[in-house]
Amino acid sequence: MRNNKFVTGIFWDDKDLMNGVKEIQDKGVSIYDVRTPFPVHGLDDLLKFKRSRLPRLGFVAGGIGAIVAFLFQMWVFTESWPINFGGKPYLSVPSFIPVTFEIAVLFAAISLVFGFLIRSGIGPGAPNIIFDERTSDDAFLVVIRVDEENKSDMISEILNSVGACEIKQVEPTKKENDE
Amino acid sequence: MYVSPLREPLVTGAKSYKQVTDDITKPMDGKPGKLWYVGLTLALLALGFGGLAIYITVWDGIGSWGLNRTIGWGWGITNFVWWVGIGHAGTFISAILLLFRQKWRTSINRSAEAMTIFAVMCAGLFPLLHMGRLPLGFFVFPYPNSRDLWVNFNSPLLWDVFAISTYFAVSLLFWYMGLIPDIASIRDRLKEGIRKQIYTLLSFGWTGSARHWSRHESMSLILAGLAAPLVLSVHSIVSMDFATSVIPGWHTTIFPPYFVAGAVFSGFAMVLTLMIITRKALNLQNYITVGHVESMNKVIIATGSIVGIAYLTELFMAWYSGVVYEQYAFVNRAFGPYWWAYWIMMTCNVITPQLFWFKKIRRSLTATFIISIFINIGMWFERFVIIVTSLHRDFLPSSWSMYSPTWVEIGVYIGTFGLFFTLFFLFIRFFPVIAIAEIKSVLKSSGENFIKRGGQDEK
Repeated sequence: MRNNKFVTGIFWDDKDLMNGVKEIQDKGVSIYDVRTPFPVHGLDDLLKFKRSRLPRLGFVAGGIGAIVAFLFQMWVFTESWPINFGGKPYLSVPSFIPVTFEIAVLFAAISLVFGFLIRSGIGPGAPNIIFDERTSDDAFLVVIRVDEENKSDMISEILNSVGACEIKQVEPTKKENDE
Repeated sequence: MYVSPLREPLVTGAKSYKQVTDDITKPMDGKPGKLWYVGLTLALLALGFGGLAIYITVWDGIGSWGLNRTIGWGWGITNFVWWVGIGHAGTFISAILLLFRQKWRTSINRSAEAMTIFAVMCAGLFPLLHMGRLPLGFFVFPYPNSRDLWVNFNSPLLWDVFAISTYFAVSLLFWYMGLIPDIASIRDRLKEGIRKQIYTLLSFGWTGSARHWSRHESMSLILAGLAAPLVLSVHSIVSMDFATSVIPGWHTTIFPPYFVAGAVFSGFAMVLTLMIITRKALNLQNYITVGHVESMNKVIIATGSIVGIAYLTELFMAWYSGVVYEQYAFVNRAFGPYWWAYWIMMTCNVITPQLFWFKKIRRSLTATFIISIFINIGMWFERFVIIVTSLHRDFLPSSWSMYSPTWVEIGVYIGTFGLFFTLFFLFIRFFPVIAIAEIKSVLKSSGENFIKRGGQDEK
């Protein structure tokens, strides 16, 4: 089991945060997470996040939705219960398109949202650790995991040297969700 | 970054991140004011009256409405189309303006989306009641049943079922996903207690992790990309309820784009009506500025002019087609027994929005408020004119008839206002009306401080 010890430090501005993150990384310390009140652009590149695969998920789910909806309508009107509407063809493709489109969008949207919730480990009552309640207000919090014992003082010092405030060593009682 | 000197700040009053949170969550602290209680009481009264009207509709049947053999669609469908139209502004603002990178949308998207959801709920009531017996609503969904029958996928009325259910579901998901970070902001401000527990549950354990934000952004962008064609599809499909029929006055190919423009037009008018009051009541003048109102008025000129051109095109095509029935339908609209409805529609929808070409009027809150109400009325009459005047004189003069609503129909309409405003009042009390996180993300590029320094950063 990995160590459940963290050192946290606060920046009060997104620009300071970006500079701070760069300097911490230059010193060879890997950052566990950054908690911000709004999406800070460029931070995901700096933290080397892999590109999200959610768009691909949406595309696949939308494709499945379209195929299912179209084949279902086709089956209903050619196999299950063909009805003659004024001599028009049973397989009237144009009039199946609206429902096909709507179902494709519905499938894609639902899969995107649930994909997002599941991948991020959030949902009603998710027991995620909130290191500092001000991160939803105006604090930009850097979280560094203490991998080796007795290293926390060194990390605190690095955070101090890059201008972070309120440096704290925390050991949450709950297990941190790694995603 | 170069910033044009003409560009107004989107947030005035040199706000810090903390002030943004404080200002927007303030209406949720403490007890609501007297005005809120008065408003909610009025809305609940209207809702109660609507409940009575619905009870009579269901108990006595659809005969309690003023419909007859010739005019089978009256206020019910008029109100349905009107409410769906109003529900088009929210997703237009949050999806299409997001794709176009319009930063001014951040101040109004949250409340406009809430409006969308409430308006679609009101709209959905009408087709359901129009079926006469509520359990019939169950039969519109294709499920394996003992009659071995399926629904008719060739019918635009069924496309409507799919379009509006999908629209409601996607709008709700989009709205709630955007709301999660802001609910977390409220959660973190509250001390221990039952309210904190409720907001903790609703915030889905949001932590503001950079990983989550990055994923949240990519999800929002794709959802916006999906919602944009969805907005256009919904009113196109609603218009096909009419356009695919053979009724003169309905059977035109111009309907889908004309209806979509009309829907955005009426939706923006409703957003303006509500936001001009809300910004004042909740003290949000620094976030919803005159500049925001002006931007929305520009959208109103654009969509209003499209609607105006569509009216004229319809008239021209009726004459040019050479079809006597089509020609009669339009002459009858303008000069027949319902001439007053036609001219109310023409005045409110074609003439009033053109006043926004004057900068003074475009930037005047009072003028905008009055014009927005005119547009709401005009767009209601548009649907009334399309539905009732096209039906009341059909191919056989022996079956020509007139239509006027009973108090039950009017009651249902008032009831939907009650439902809409009840939900809206609850929304402004318990959720932030402005997207807090999104405002913070544009604060540095569009805040007053930044604009004043000519686009130079602080450090």
